[in-house]
Amino acid sequence: MVTLNKESMSVTREVDVIPFRNRLKEMATKIGMGLVNQTKLITAASELSRNMLRYANGGLITLEVVSKGRENGIRLTFKDEGPGIANIEQAMKDGFSTGKSLGLGLPGTRRLVSDFQIDSKVGVGTVVTIVKWKNG
Amino acid sequence: MDKIPILRMGDLLLVTIQVDLYDRIAEALEADLVQMINKTGAQGVLIDISAVSIIDSFMGRIIGNIATMSKVLDAETVVVGMQPAVAITLVELGLPLNGVLTALNVEKGMTLLRTKIDIKYNGSDDGNTE
Repeated sequence: MVTLNKESMSVTREVDVIPFRNRLKEMATKIGMGLVNQTKLITAASELSRNMLRYANGGLITLEVVSKGRENGIRLTFKDEGPGIANIEQAMKDGFSTGKSLGLGLPGTRRLVSDFQIDSKVGVGTVVTIVKWKNG
Repeated sequence: MDKIPILRMGDLLLVTIQVDLYDRIAEALEADLVQMINKTGAQGVLIDISAVSIIDSFMGRIIGNIATMSKVLDAETVVVGMQPAVAITLVELGLPLNGVLTALNVEKGMTLLRTKIDIKYNGSDDGNTE
């Protein structure tokens, strides 16, 4: 996978999510991603940024335009220095939540994107990386 | 802070969401709407989301909450104008908005609300008041 374009945004307040979503939409439109895939990607990004704000008081999001072969896509990395997730397997299950939510955020997000990776260490933080291919 | 206006039209309340939703606006709308139903005794609530391009699990839950709370306060809620891409995303996300009445556009939503309210007051032909 080759990175064509890379930028970062810090999200520490709820309102920061709006410029981030707008920027993401711009990037997705620029690579010619269709409306349905755009909506899925932005919804996934919205879930992950909310998690970051709620459980880790925010963090850093990296937006990249990536390419593999002839396929272009967008890779997002959500990095926080929050409490970390003790049991990732459990967190990835539908309906599980330590907060007051429905527990759809992580498993739902995984269904919406092409590739989903999560890496978390208790006391260190969590890094979630998602990729959405233009036609994927 | 941004606020979503709630318009009163007879015994109905109209909400047209024209801004990008984020959590606090959605929560404020939920509270305002419940207050408004209580204050006006509205029979129906119509929420137009045709300008909303993203609904994630939190906002989806708020919409579900609004429908449930209105129901408890004796008002029907119809959500209209959902963009097709949003519908696809919501279902894949795992949030099919069960229990929320929807209609394709404002006009159809109004008709649905009127029908629901009429049935409540005049009884339906088959005797089913739900």
